[in-house]
Amino acid sequence: MSNVAGLPHAATASATLVLAIIFPVVGILLSFVLGGRFVERIALILLPIGLAIASTIFVQVNFGYHSLEYIVGGWTPPLGIALRADGPSAAMMMAAAIVICAVGIFARADFRTAADGSETRASFAFWILLLAVWSAMNLIFVGADLFTLYVALELLTFAAVPLVSLDGRAETLQAALRYLIFAVLGAVFYLVGAALLYGAYGTLDIAILSERVRADPTTIVAGAVMTAGLLAKTALFPLHLWLPPAHAGAPAAASAVLSALVVKGSFFLLVRLWFDVMPGVLGMAGTQILGILGAAAILFGNVLALRQPRLKLLVAYSTVAQIGYLFLMFPLAFSATSSTLQSNSALTGGILQAISHATAKGAMFLSAGLMYSALGHDRISGLSGVGRLLPMTVVAFTLGGVSLIGLPPSGGFLAKWLLLGAAIASGQWWWAATMLAGGLLTSGYMFIVLSRAMTPAHKPLSLQATVPRYQQAAALALALCSLMLGLVAFGSFDVAQISRPTTASIGLQ
Amino acid sequence: MNAATWFGLCGAALGGVGLFGFSTNPDPLRKILAFNLVGSGAFLIFGVIAKRGAAVGLGGDPVPQALVITAIVVAFAATALAIALLLRLFEEAGEATLDSNNSDDIRRNEF
Repeated sequence: MSNVAGLPHAATASATLVLAIIFPVVGILLSFVLGGRFVERIALILLPIGLAIASTIFVQVNFGYHSLEYIVGGWTPPLGIALRADGPSAAMMMAAAIVICAVGIFARADFRTAADGSETRASFAFWILLLAVWSAMNLIFVGADLFTLYVALELLTFAAVPLVSLDGRAETLQAALRYLIFAVLGAVFYLVGAALLYGAYGTLDIAILSERVRADPTTIVAGAVMTAGLLAKTALFPLHLWLPPAHAGAPAAASAVLSALVVKGSFFLLVRLWFDVMPGVLGMAGTQILGILGAAAILFGNVLALRQPRLKLLVAYSTVAQIGYLFLMFPLAFSATSSTLQSNSALTGGILQAISHATAKGAMFLSAGLMYSALGHDRISGLSGVGRLLPMTVVAFTLGGVSLIGLPPSGGFLAKWLLLGAAIASGQWWWAATMLAGGLLTSGYMFIVLSRAMTPAHKPLSLQATVPRYQQAAALALALCSLMLGLVAFGSFDVAQISRPTTASIGLQ
Repeated sequence: MNAATWFGLCGAALGGVGLFGFSTNPDPLRKILAFNLVGSGAFLIFGVIAKRGAAVGLGGDPVPQALVITAIVVAFAATALAIALLLRLFEEAGEATLDSNNSDDIRRNEF
C-alpha cells in the first residue's frame, strides 16, 4: 500500500476551508431575506456547490498528501485562529457532503415548497437546519483550536435539536428537550475542560497545545471532563438514553442526518482531543475504559435492537451499537511500548467505520421512512409484502445492513477488518470477540426485518401514499456508497493517515 | 489564600450544586436552571484563569474574558431554546415532563 508520510507542518494555505464553512451560512441568510418561497431552491442550488467544495478539499489532501491550512485574518496562533484540514477531516467532510446531498434530494418530497408558494414552518425550518448542520459539521472537521470546536459543537447541537421536533408532536418535543438537556450539560463539561487546559498551558490551539501538554493531574482532569461531556453528545452507552426516541421520532430525512452525521461530530472531536492534543495522556487504563464502554454499547444496543417492535426504533438502537465500534479504536490504537495513541490502522479503521456507518445508516433511515410512508406504519410484524411493493427501498435497507454487519465488499467490512487486525496484532482478542458477537447480533436483527419484508402479504397491501422513485434512488445511492466504500482497499485508502503526527504502513495483510 | 483561589472554589461549589440539582430533579425546568448554575460555575473558573494569567500591570488575561463572553452567549441561546421547547411541550401535552411513560402508552396502543 502506498504511503507517503505527510509532514504535520507542511501545509498549504487554502481559502477553500473558509468557503466550506461560509457557503451554508450565506444560504441561511439569503433564505431569511427572501423568505420561505425560495428556501428549498437556495438549498438545492447549494447542495452541488457544497459537494464541489468538499471534493476539492478531499482531492487536494488525498492526492497532494499534505494538509490544508488557513490562518483567519492573517493572525497566527496562539493569538489568532487557524483552520486545518488533514486526512481524517477531508474524508469526513466528503462523507458529510455525500450524505447531505442524498438527504437533500430525498427531502424534496417531504419538505417541498407549497404549490401556492406560501411558507410552511416545517419545510422552512428543515432546509435552514440542514444547511446549519452542514456548516457546523465542516467547522468541526477543520477547526484547529479547542474553543472554535466548542462553538462548532454548540452550533451543531442547536441545528440538530429542532430537527428532532420538526413535526411538533408532544412525543418528539419531549425527545428534543431530553436531547438538548443531555447536550448542553455535555457542552459545559467540555467548556470546563477547555478552561483548565487554557489555565495550564495558555493556549487552546491544537498544534501548540500538543507540544506543551504533559500528563499532570490538571491535564488528566481536563481530558476526563471533556471526554465525559463529549460522550454524552455522542450517545455512547450508558449516556445513550436520549438517542433512540430522538432519532426514531424525527422525520426520515432528519433522522438520517442526525444518526449519520450529528453523532459523528462529537466523536470527531474526541479523536482530535486524544489523538492530536494529548496522545500520551489517556494511558492504558483510559483506553481500556473507553473500549469497555464501546463493547457494552455494541452488545447492549444490538440486543435492544433485536427486541424492537418498530423499524425506526430498531435502526436507532443499531446506531447505539455502531457507535460502540468507534470507541474500540482507542484501545486498539494504543501502543503499550510508547504509551501513546498511535495514528495507525486502528485509527483508519475507526474513521472508516464512522464514514461507512454514516452512509449505511443514512440509507437505512431513509428507506425505513419510505416504508413508513408507504404502509402508514413501521411495525416490523406488519412488513409482509413490502419487498414486492418497494423492491428498491428494501434493497437499499439490506445493503445498509450488509455494511453494518461487516460483509465484504462494504465499507463496514473494511473498517471491521482493520479493527480486527489491530486487535489480533496487539493481542487484545477480547475486542475481536466483541466485534464478532456484535456482527452476529446485527445479522440477527437484519434477518428478522428481511424475513418479514420478503414474505408475501396475506391480503393485498393498501398503499397509504405513493413513494416517488427519486426518493428510493437517493436511499439506494447512499447504500451503494457504503457498499462500494470497501473497494477503496484496492486503491490508497490510508487517507486517514495523511498529515498525521506518526504514519505507519498499513494494508490488508 | 488569595481572591483568585476563593473565586475558584466558589466556581467549583456552584458547579457542584448545579450538578447535584441536575441529577436529582426530574422536572425539566429545574434541570435547565441547574444547567445554568453549572454554567455560572464554569464562567467563574474562566474569570479566575484570566486573573491568574494576568501579565504584570494588566488586570487580567484578555483571552479567557473573550472566550467567556462567547460561552455566555452560547449558554443563553441554549437556555432560550430549551425554554421554547418546554413551552411548546406544555402547550401540546398539557404537562411538561421528561417521563417517557406517555409515549410508551402510545406505542403500546399501536399493537
